[in-house]
Parts: sequence; structure tokens; C-alpha cells
Amino acid sequence: MIELEGLTKRYGEKVAVDGLTCTVRPGIVTGFLGPNGAGKSTTMRMMLGLDRPSAGDVRIDGQHYDRLRDPLKYIGALLDAKGMHGGRSAFNHLLCLAQSNGIPRSRVHEVLDTVGLTGVAKKKAKGFSLGMGQRLGIAGALLGDPRILMFDEPVNGLDPEGIHWIRNLMKSLAAQGRTVFVSSHLMSEMALTADHLVVIGQGRLLADTSMADFIAQNSRTYVRVRSPQRERLLDVLHGAGITVVAAGDGALEVDDGKAEHIGELAAEHHLVLHELSPQQASLEEAFMQLTAESVEYHAHTDAPPEQPWGAGWTRS
Amino acid sequence: MGRRLDEELTMAAAQVIRSEWTKIRSVASTVWTLSLAVVVTVALGMLIAALSNNDFGNMSRNDRLSFDPTFISFAGMSLGQLAMIVFGVLVVSNEYSTGMIRTSLAAVPQRGAFLFSKIAVAGALALAVGLATSFVTFFLGQAMLGSHKASIGDSGVLRAVIGGGLYMTLIAVFSMGVATMLRSPMLSLGILMPFFFLISNILGNVSATKKVGRYLPDQAGSKIMRVVTPIDDDTPYGPWGGFAIMALWVVAALAGGYLLLKKRDA
Repeated sequence: MIELEGLTKRYGEKVAVDGLTCTVRPGIVTGFLGPNGAGKSTTMRMMLGLDRPSAGDVRIDGQHYDRLRDPLKYIGALLDAKGMHGGRSAFNHLLCLAQSNGIPRSRVHEVLDTVGLTGVAKKKAKGFSLGMGQRLGIAGALLGDPRILMFDEPVNGLDPEGIHWIRNLMKSLAAQGRTVFVSSHLMSEMALTADHLVVIGQGRLLADTSMADFIAQNSRTYVRVRSPQRERLLDVLHGAGITVVAAGDGALEVDDGKAEHIGELAAEHHLVLHELSPQQASLEEAFMQLTAESVEYHAHTDAPPEQPWGAGWTRS
Repeated sequence: MGRRLDEELTMAAAQVIRSEWTKIRSVASTVWTLSLAVVVTVALGMLIAALSNNDFGNMSRNDRLSFDPTFISFAGMSLGQLAMIVFGVLVVSNEYSTGMIRTSLAAVPQRGAFLFSKIAVAGALALAVGLATSFVTFFLGQAMLGSHKASIGDSGVLRAVIGGGLYMTLIAVFSMGVATMLRSPMLSLGILMPFFFLISNILGNVSATKKVGRYLPDQAGSKIMRVVTPIDDDTPYGPWGGFAIMALWVVAALAGGYLLLKKRDA
């Protein structure tokens, strides 16, 4: 279990992490979601005692990180794939980490086998691809057989087979009752792996909810209806007290409507329908909506709003 | 309770030291910097000893009275110490330049234990290599000096030879302290190499700056390798006094490095 309490990090004037309070629970995969620059990596570094919080507190199983005896046995982390000396072999990289925490040498062979790097154990890490480096980093996280695992953007640089592998690894680690905390800036990735979501934007907590609740609350569900007798259908729906939004292509959208109900209404009034389909907006859209105000680096693709004519001289 | 805590701390320190030994022996830079230190010190020492032997007949009376065969055989250290500096700098700054530091500090969050275990391991290795270099360069240098040679049994000679090994160790450890403060290998080498190769020698020998310059770490520390005091030398400290001054510099560099490491975000 990881507990954050009012965790804050300031760099001069800039607030990178702003009063973050949440709990990461065991037995599930918790996704840590936020746009680039939201403060995810800074938060993770503070969890590992690498960066000092400006205010607030992080506790790992109730203790401060630097009070943990042999911390790799409590929490294993993959921060970035480059956290190793390129001139050292994969085996020696893991061996020096194992020795520092009193982990037996045999465990190094085990984790190399788990991540599929046994064949290149004696090779220097600088010859590794990004994906292999990522696997070596994950081997380091698994080394102490910890109850808590933390991965910062683990699928970066992995090929499809590697992505599939890491998703299954995270799920099986959680199924063993471990705490799995994984960051990503991709909602679609989280939707596939996470059971719980912590969403941040500009260092602030935006949501702390189960994946199912997040989907229910944030994704817009509606029914799409198309009819050659559009005007009559509108009248019927209005008559039944149903709010309708016109879609661009001549179709109608009914928010939170039941397809059965609309179909029955249409049949009652002998209206022809060409389409009647329940729809769900994508999670990616929901995530973008949630973080829209807090995205730090907007790509300015929209033109600035046009000024109404004469707006410049209504006030002097 | 106190005793159990002591035992735990000793065990933890032993783990970190074992880990740092694996780190240091598993990278190529350790081997090439240390071998370079040995080869350069010994070869240059032999060369200068041979040249001095040939030149002895042309020396002035004062130069002959100040002639220090032991110190002459250590002449190669002026260059060999540069390899020791590179060793000391790389041992520490490799962690930063590769990004390993975050992995290391996540594994050993007690930063004092991390830093001082690393320095203990690298310092012990530098001491072993430094002592071996010092003895080899002494005996081979004396062999080049023919009839002017000193013997290991002469008064002060054994102290000077052991001192040569200690000097190389302290140069390496001082560099580790500086590299801990500066983190960047290029910045650390860019400051330490010209300082010890040129600037300190100039400051320590030019009469205007000599009074201050002789308190610089290498100027003071190298006194331990002298057996014969040059004529009209007014240095206010002896061999061990000079060594103590150098040791203070090392302590200061390590303290600075520790305080910054403790305080900084990794």
C-alpha cells in the first residue's frame, strides 16, 4: 500500500505536484494517468525518496522510504529504461542491486529468465534495444520479490509482443495480491490494464476512481437515430419530452436515451427508421475532456475566436 | 536493542560494500584508468631516474647536496596522478552520466551509506594499486640510478615509499569528493586535471604565491615522498604534516560531496 498525503513539489515558482492525496491499494492495477508534464514522474520519484517533497508525505506500507530496510524487498520500480551503466553486463547490473539488498545471486538468474534476457545476460547493456533495456529495468524491479511494484510508462519503446507481455505481467502481479502502480499518458492503454484510476493534471488530483465508475461517469452514452421523416420524428420525440441534439450528417442524437424506447415510439407513430444505434464516446475523449483545462502544452491548432464586427470600439 | 541495531547496520554496510565492489569490478574504466596510473608512473619514473643519473656529473654542488634519489624515482607521479584523478572522477560521476544514480539510490536510500561505501571500496582499491605502484617505481627507479641510488633501509625511505601509495590514494579520494559535488565527469575532469597538472605546480613554486600555494593538496601531500630536504627549504611542515594538510582537503571535499548528495534531488 502506498499513501500520499498532501504531496507537493515546487521548483521555485512552478508547482509540479500540488497537494496530492490518494491511496494505492494492493491486489489491483492502479493506473496513474495524466498528460505529459502533469507531474507523474516527479510524484513517482518522491515515492522512492529520490526527490524531496516541498510539503506533504509519502508512506510505503506505513513507513518512509528511507526507513525501509532492504527497500527492494518492499517496492520495485522501473523509472526509466536508462537507469543503468551501459558498460556493465545485464547480469552484473542485477547482481550489484541484489547484493545491496541482501538478495541471493540465484534470484538474479530467476528474474533474467522471467523477462527473457537469460541469453544476453553477459552482454553489455549499451548494446540493448530500448525494449531490452525496459525488460532489464523490469527484472530489477522484480528482483526483491516486492509486494509493491511501480512502473513509469512501461510500454514505451516495446514492440506489440512486449506490450502484450507487460500487460499480462502487471495483471498477474496484481492477481497475486501485490500493489501495482503504473503511469501512462494513454487512456487506451489504461483501459486495458487498470482496475483503478488516479488522474492528475498540472500536479493536481482530477479523479481517483475505479475504472468502471470512470467509464460510467465520463463517457457520454447516446442513441443515434436516422429517419427519412426527420421533422415528424423530432415532433414525436419532443412530444415525449426527450431532448434531441442534431448531428452534423442529418442524424439525431438522444443523450442517455434507451434505444428500445425510441424504437417503440417510432413504431407507434408509423415512422421509418434507417438507423437506431446506442453509442458510447471513447474513453480517450473523456480523458481529454477531463484534463482539457490542465494540459500544459497545448497544440494551438484552432484559430483564435473571431471578433464580432465592431467589437473593438464598443468600449473605449 | 542498541546492539541489535548495530548488528543490522553492520550487515547493511557489508551488503552495500559488496554491491559497490561488484559495480567497480564490472566496468572497463576501472581497469584502464588504474593500469594507466601504474604504467605511466613507473615508466616515467624510470626514465627520469636514468636521465638524472647521467646528468649527475654536471650538477652544481647545491643540487648534489639536495639530490633525493627516492623522490626522483617518484617523478612519474606528476602524470600518473592524472590517471588516478580520472579513476576517482569516473567511479562517482558514472552514476550520474548513465542515470544509474536513481536505481542506486532507490536500492540504497541511506545516502551516506551509499556514498561512503563507494568511497571505501574505490579508496581501498586505489590504496592497493597505489602501494604496489609506489614500491615498483621505487625499486625500478633505484635500479636506473646506479651508484646514486637509495636503499629501502635508509632513514626515511620506507616512509616515503609507503607515502607514495598514500598520496595516490588521497588524490583519487579527493577527486571522488569533487565529482560528488559536481556530478558531471567533464566538468570535474576539466577542473581537476589542469589544476593538478599545471596550476597547483605554478602556485606552489612561484615565489609570489609559494606561501599560499604550498598548502594546496598535492603540494603539501607530496612532501611525504621526500627523504632529503632541499637546501634553503623553508616549508613550515614536515612529511606527515604535509600529509595531514592533504588529508584535511580530502575530508573537506568528502564533506561537501556528502552534504550536497544528502540535500539534492537525485
